[in-house]
Amino acid sequence: MLEIKNLHANINGKEILKGLSLSVNAGEVHAIMGPNGAGKSTLSSVLTGNPAFTVTEGDVTFNGKNLLELAPEDRSREGIFLSFQYPVEIPGVSMVNFMRTAVNEHRKYKNLEPMSASDFLRMQREKKELVEMDNKLANRSVNEGFSGGEKKRNEIFQMAMLDPKLSILDETDSGLDIDALRIVANGVNKLKRPDNASIVITHYQRLLDYIVPDFVHVLYDGRIVKSGGKELALELEERGYDWIKQEVDGK
Amino acid sequence: MSADILQEVTQNDYKYGFTTDIETDIIPIGLSEDVVRLISKKKNEPQWMLDFRLKAYRHWLTMKMPEWAHLNIPEIDYQSIAYYAAPRKNAPKSLDEVDPELIKTFEKLGIPLEERMALSGIAVDAVMDSVSVKTTFKESLGKLGIIFCSFSEAVENHPDLVQKYMSSVVPYTDNFFATLNCAVFSDGSFVYIPKGVRCPMELSTYFRINAINTGQFERTLIIADDDSYVSYLEGCTAPMRDENQLHAAIVEIVAMKNAEVKYSTVQNWYPGDKNGNGGVYNFVTKRGICKGENSKLSWTQVETGSAITWKYPSCILLGDNSSAEFYSVAVTNHHQQADTGTKMLHIGKNTSSHILSKGISAGVSQNSYRGLVKINPAAENARNFSQCDSLLLGDKCGAHTFPYMEVNNDTAIVEHEATTSKINEDQIFYCNQRGISTEDAVGLIVNGYAKDVINKLPMEFAVEAQKLLQITLEGSVG
Ligand SMILES: Nc1ncnc2c1ncn2[C@@H]1O[C@H](COP(=O)(O)OP(=O)(O)O)[C@@H](O)[C@H]1O
Ligand SMILES: [Mg+2]
Repeated sequence: MLEIKNLHANINGKEILKGLSLSVNAGEVHAIMGPNGAGKSTLSSVLTGNPAFTVTEGDVTFNGKNLLELAPEDRSREGIFLSFQYPVEIPGVSMVNFMRTAVNEHRKYKNLEPMSASDFLRMQREKKELVEMDNKLANRSVNEGFSGGEKKRNEIFQMAMLDPKLSILDETDSGLDIDALRIVANGVNKLKRPDNASIVITHYQRLLDYIVPDFVHVLYDGRIVKSGGKELALELEERGYDWIKQEVDGK
Repeated sequence: MSADILQEVTQNDYKYGFTTDIETDIIPIGLSEDVVRLISKKKNEPQWMLDFRLKAYRHWLTMKMPEWAHLNIPEIDYQSIAYYAAPRKNAPKSLDEVDPELIKTFEKLGIPLEERMALSGIAVDAVMDSVSVKTTFKESLGKLGIIFCSFSEAVENHPDLVQKYMSSVVPYTDNFFATLNCAVFSDGSFVYIPKGVRCPMELSTYFRINAINTGQFERTLIIADDDSYVSYLEGCTAPMRDENQLHAAIVEIVAMKNAEVKYSTVQNWYPGDKNGNGGVYNFVTKRGICKGENSKLSWTQVETGSAITWKYPSCILLGDNSSAEFYSVAVTNHHQQADTGTKMLHIGKNTSSHILSKGISAGVSQNSYRGLVKINPAAENARNFSQCDSLLLGDKCGAHTFPYMEVNNDTAIVEHEATTSKINEDQIFYCNQRGISTEDAVGLIVNGYAKDVINKLPMEFAVEAQKLLQITLEGSVG
């Protein structure tokens, strides 16, 4: 599904991704862990086409298409979803209006008619239940005045609405208490299907108790330096990242 | 609703920029006492009207263009403008007599000139260049005693009302552009709502400049007698032309005891091209008076067009317990300049006013809010609340706020709040990531920002206004 080869990217002239390769198949859950500043969020920004970053080398294909040539909105319409580490507030734009525009843009891309208001509201109700989201939130402006936990739930709600092929969850667990964590993880698990995949970026192994990964990768200094099964996450939890740093920097 | 609208809107250009090929009766360019007399003669005016014009013209000669606005106004050569242009067929009595080209023009603009298009429930007076083309629904409104006609017809048929109220709110000496209008105004709309009548439909005037090198100087007079109600809409467009066109209008509103008047404008004169060539100079004086007790006046404006806008719809709160509102969205892009706002003059007791101004600037445009709230010594318990917000798209545009307050009574409560915000790249990218294009994202954000004002517009206008906001700002981000 997703094939990243030797990806190099910089921001303001500073190289952050330094030859990153990763391949993700349908049905798989990949966890990416790594110390602060390793480039995890940069990877999610680059995959989704954030114009602040420049790709200098490498290829990314998504379902056979050259991802790097697509505009950010088309990457979304192709089925890539990012749950932002820091969701943005958009005052004045109601969640309902925002989501309806997004859903209908996705449908237009697939040559489908816009959704009727009643179908849309029904779908919205269903998906809200999935993440146990408060009714009130859907009537407020996008993320405005939401608590940290509400913002993260709102990300998963949007993910459910857009039904992506590949979801990238960037530290969706940070700032969540244990109940919220369970709700979010539950939502993600319910959306899992054999034909979609996710990349779960996290700091902590505890999320992986709920969302069980098929693969765990360590991102350090702009590259994937170690990959393994879910036991790697436990090892990292126990031993920290220093031994990895030593392994890499020692070479 | 807005999502559908946003989808519909894909075009980048000023879609009203066509010209109409009709025979026009246009007088030679230039301004003099003879020209003033000629205009009056062409309109078969009574002596008192000519006298009024001449008085204004002579006063105008002593005046200078105002310079206090935050505007860069190029020198205007008042001798290079034609002051009167009319579609050749004059004063049509029925639709059959209206030039078919003209009907096509208004159809293109979406203006229902035909009464069978009455489904939209709006009575329309359409002013092309200097002359009112046709007023619809005149008869059905007439049964209620409502007068809705062109200004010229009012001069002819209701001289007593015109003489009593014309220039009673905006004196002929008021300001440079208003005085010029008094001298050379060509036509406009006239409304009288009798005592106790609620006007059952929206009244609307549609202004269109067509002829080349002409100025448009219309005036509108609305009188709402005791216990009456009327909602009035005004729309305007102009063809794309490389030279600047001058528009200097006057609107006067009189609200008597317990009367309520709502005046809404969607101003979409041609703004000029991306490089600042051409466009309409929009120098307009709009003022209403809440003359009677408990009267109410509300101005709502969506200003997206014009190269330069200079406009302050104002209200004199004379009657006790009267109230006034000013809701404004002013958008400037490219090289547009707007200096707009309001004046609220509190004279009566327990008067209240509410100001909500939303400025949006993009490109290298300049957008200023200028407002005066004045509480006279006798205005016991006056209240004012003003909220002035600015939204910036990009960092080459300017937003300015000039709130003036003169409070001369200790019992008054006057509050002012202002905010400035910017659409940032993170917000746009967040929308992009959900599959929403940058243009649509700007549309969503801007319409969200402006919705408190847009919602005050009658339904048909609200839809149009939302589209306009987005079209005006296309290409301004990203
Ligand atoms: N806008 C920016 N300008 C300059 N450096 C940045 C910017 N954003 C991120 N970085 C740098 O890129 C590196 C990787 O950041 P990030 O991808 O956010 O790391 P992670 O998500 O793994 O914690 C860090 O050193 C960070 O300081
Ligand atoms: Mg990060």
